[in-house]
Amino acid sequence: MNEIWYQPEEKAMFALRALWRSRGYLPFEMSKFEEYDLYASNKDFLVSDGIITFTDKTGRLLALKPDVTLSIVKNYSYSAGSVEKVYYHEHVYRPSGSTGEYKEILQSGLECIGALDLFQTAEVVSLAARSLHAIGENSVLAISHLGILAALLEECGVPEALHRHITACIAAKSAHELHLLCTQQGIGAEAEKKLQALITIHGSPAQALSKLQLLSDSKAYLEALEELTAICAIIDAMPFANNLYIDFSIVQDLRYYSGIVFRGYLPGIPDRVLSGGRYDRLVAQLGKQGGAIGFAVYLDLLEQTGDEENWDADVLLLYGEGEDPAEVLQTVDRLSADGARVMAQKSRPDKLRFGRVLRMRDGGVFDETND
Amino acid sequence: MKPMINVALPKGRLGEKVYDLFARAGYECPSILENSRKLIFENEEAGVRYFWVKPSDVAIYVERGAADIGVAGKDILLEYLPDVYELVDLNMGKCRMAVAAKKGFRYHRDRTLRVATKFPRIARNYYNGQCRDIDIIHLNGSIELAPILGLSDVIVDIVETGTTLKENDLEPIETIVPISARLIANKSSFKFKSAAIEAIAAAMKEQVTE
Repeated sequence: MNEIWYQPEEKAMFALRALWRSRGYLPFEMSKFEEYDLYASNKDFLVSDGIITFTDKTGRLLALKPDVTLSIVKNYSYSAGSVEKVYYHEHVYRPSGSTGEYKEILQSGLECIGALDLFQTAEVVSLAARSLHAIGENSVLAISHLGILAALLEECGVPEALHRHITACIAAKSAHELHLLCTQQGIGAEAEKKLQALITIHGSPAQALSKLQLLSDSKAYLEALEELTAICAIIDAMPFANNLYIDFSIVQDLRYYSGIVFRGYLPGIPDRVLSGGRYDRLVAQLGKQGGAIGFAVYLDLLEQTGDEENWDADVLLLYGEGEDPAEVLQTVDRLSADGARVMAQKSRPDKLRFGRVLRMRDGGVFDETND
Repeated sequence: MKPMINVALPKGRLGEKVYDLFARAGYECPSILENSRKLIFENEEAGVRYFWVKPSDVAIYVERGAADIGVAGKDILLEYLPDVYELVDLNMGKCRMAVAAKKGFRYHRDRTLRVATKFPRIARNYYNGQCRDIDIIHLNGSIELAPILGLSDVIVDIVETGTTLKENDLEPIETIVPISARLIANKSSFKFKSAAIEAIAAAMKEQVTE
């Protein structure tokens, strides 16, 4: 059987599509362009600044989509008691990297929107865990609950104007900056201790959850902790090895995200390959009813993980001036029948490397690999 | 088996002091001090691999995972905002980011302020906070020349002792933020090597002098 050669991003895409379809997720396809206004009014929800825009024939300002979630929520309508489950594989256009140049990025993901309950939330998180498992080995799914962060900020009496700064310290695991900030802003030692705990407490659920139990007893805090505990227990009970990692440095904009948030990592890839969470507040901001949870997988990050092949082609077949084209075609067909990559040329291309070099001559084929 | 931690060290005076801190923390690699053309130095037992990098590049190596951890100045971190963890303030390479100008300079609100700097983002953020529009002149070195030659009204630059400014008849007029060297870590590496990285951070913190 010929083994079909796929690039790592392609393999991943097929694996994810099969997985998500098996859970009843339906494909969501969208046009390349959206009205710019959708993104302008929800700028802070986007991963990065900078949108490619152009004016269409009717004078409308359109954008090459930088994001898919906003469009999915825009098109969704609430139906009591049920949820909408959709997945997508779309190209988005965003500035990326240190130069901030625009790139076309292949993004896959899914969203579950509507009458969410604990099961639906847990299913999405479990799909995130399974998705990671499907695209690479030894993955880590880092998870947090923004309700815990919000409850502590409230309990510690942190003024709203400071929220952003404090959460930035927690996101950067910067205990010294947090201390400086608390000292300068008059946040007491007891309160600072709780906020510092969000930097120091991290690790497997077994390690982290027991410490979190002792941190606070406010109603909002305990509710959030209960949901986090329940979700971790469900994921941990799954049949394959899981590396769940509780980590409060996953901070998302509290104006859009409110509950469970998570990020997936693969060894050797320096950035998160998966990112998601519960974003009920965005749904409300777009004037819709219901909750929402989903995640995106950044397939282009898998590019670097593919095995580098030794040759540009397994066989170079050299043919002469007078050679019968039909014969050359037949020889190429024959040589590539077992899956070998065969490149036919009149002379050897300079910069390419080949496993074997064969030449058609005098009605036969001669091996010139070592010549 | 102990995971190998890749450490990007900033080349130069600060880097040598930083390496000294690592060594005192128990992560020495004596061959690094030999005068050789080697670029990478390893201590397998301690689980560290060092390499020297241009100071302003440390954050890039760490952000992109070529280094698991590294040491970079807060000025670089504020200017380029790499997506990394900032684990420890090493209290070294202390200086401040300041606005400086010719002696006797006064702000004129009726004209656009011309600011020469190596740190356009820091400068812009600082003056945005004052609701001031400015004209940023992005230079790469010898920033002190700018106000002297009338290229700019002020400069935003790192000030240590202030001697260079003084010798050129300039003076610091506002401090923007204190600067020091920070231990930074790649967020993904941290997930896979947290025990080793946290051990290094803790050991370094012990050695930090106030």
